[in-house]
Amino acid sequence: MNGPHDLGGRGDFGAVASGASDARAPRFHADWERRALGVTLACGALGHWTLDESRHARERLPPATYHGSSYYRIWIEALERLLVRHGEVSPEELADGLAREPGRRADRRLEAARVPAALAAGAPTQRSLDARPRFAVGDPVRTVNDHVRGHTRLPGYARDKPGTIEAVHAPHVLPDASAAGLGERPEWLYTVAFDGAVLWGAGTEPGLVVTLEAWESYLSGVPAAPEASPGSAAQVPP
Amino acid sequence: MSEDHDHGHDHRHDHDHDNELGPMTARVRALETLLVAKGLIDPAAVDAIVQTYETEIGPRNGARVVARAWTDPQFRTRLETDATAAIASLGYTGRQGEHVRAAFNGPGVHHVVVCTLCSCYPWSVLGLPPTWYKSPAYRARAVVEPRAVLAEFGLRLDADVDVRVHDSTSELRWLVVPERPAGTEGLDEAALADLVTRDSMIGTGLALSPGAAPTRSVARPPSP
Repeated sequence: MNGPHDLGGRGDFGAVASGASDARAPRFHADWERRALGVTLACGALGHWTLDESRHARERLPPATYHGSSYYRIWIEALERLLVRHGEVSPEELADGLAREPGRRADRRLEAARVPAALAAGAPTQRSLDARPRFAVGDPVRTVNDHVRGHTRLPGYARDKPGTIEAVHAPHVLPDASAAGLGERPEWLYTVAFDGAVLWGAGTEPGLVVTLEAWESYLSGVPAAPEASPGSAAQVPP
Repeated sequence: MSEDHDHGHDHRHDHDHDNELGPMTARVRALETLLVAKGLIDPAAVDAIVQTYETEIGPRNGARVVARAWTDPQFRTRLETDATAAIASLGYTGRQGEHVRAAFNGPGVHHVVVCTLCSCYPWSVLGLPPTWYKSPAYRARAVVEPRAVLAEFGLRLDADVDVRVHDSTSELRWLVVPERPAGTEGLDEAALADLVTRDSMIGTGLALSPGAAPTRSVARPPSP
């Protein structure tokens, strides 16, 4: 979706100004951010939503809320909405903090003893697929021009742009479907490289190439240039 | 919003001041309390998650991967062809590191990693991202003017160096392998790992020169 999260190339966010370089740069500003991380991951283990749905919940926050909130506040805003959407917490419970009902999936609560195994296992998204990849390394491709209303991982700046397949990875869960509760619908995943000037125009920094990972449905093939021949001109509309 | 800022300020709000809770402190505490009461989360599990990413999983993992790649040609080849397996062979696996690809800096090419859509980052080898990596400024600018961003980190690339920015749009995570610094021929793998900074594995820095390396005892980042 064309949401507030799609930040690539947007202006006027100021200097990055890391201030403290490397090891001294903080990972948390406040202790509540630590809890926000832990509570969010622990709730994810209940299995109500996929990583894609949780990302989409953050992207769907009202733009003013998204841009006006710190990183972990965005997480909490989205987590509260996910818990309500999936019936684990009622708006009344959120409002006053008093539990009315036991949790529906309390049997799936992540116990402390299971944390190391759960974090070590992660959630791989690679799947198997009978279909062969449509594109090969070096193929010219063009990204689609879909203004998807739901979740997608094709950034706006790379929409409808010509690029080159740099790597063919494996079939992966399609986030667009997974976020919408439509199943995994795995597709081949590629790394696509774009010339900086194609993305950013004449003022682009010299020698810039941007790569991103694109699922197969994000891409269309580019027909090979027709060979110049006496007959070909007749097929070209004026 | 005083406790909500995320602009890379160096001052911190690591603890509650007096007995007054900030609005987000109160909100998160209320949510956690509610979820515990409903039997949905185990507070000890929340502690364990936080502790794992604050003390156990961090950029020293990635530094060992890079140092191995500098010293072991077979490992480097494996890192080029199947980074996920190569990194797993050193014991680094798991959440936000399920699928990894390595990008090798070299003469004439410099790699930078960003996630413009959210904050994807290779937790298994670098730990949690620093706040600047998640900031709107970095997410907006790294992909369009990386040289200007790198200059803010004090890294000025020669004009003839190509910059390849990797926008992490899938569950595949990127690890930059910086160039091995000159003058490190006699160093062993552990000493080399001390030269590998977190920023050098994101691409916003370079590996340290031997004289600039911190001593081993302070190489681990302090708990913020």
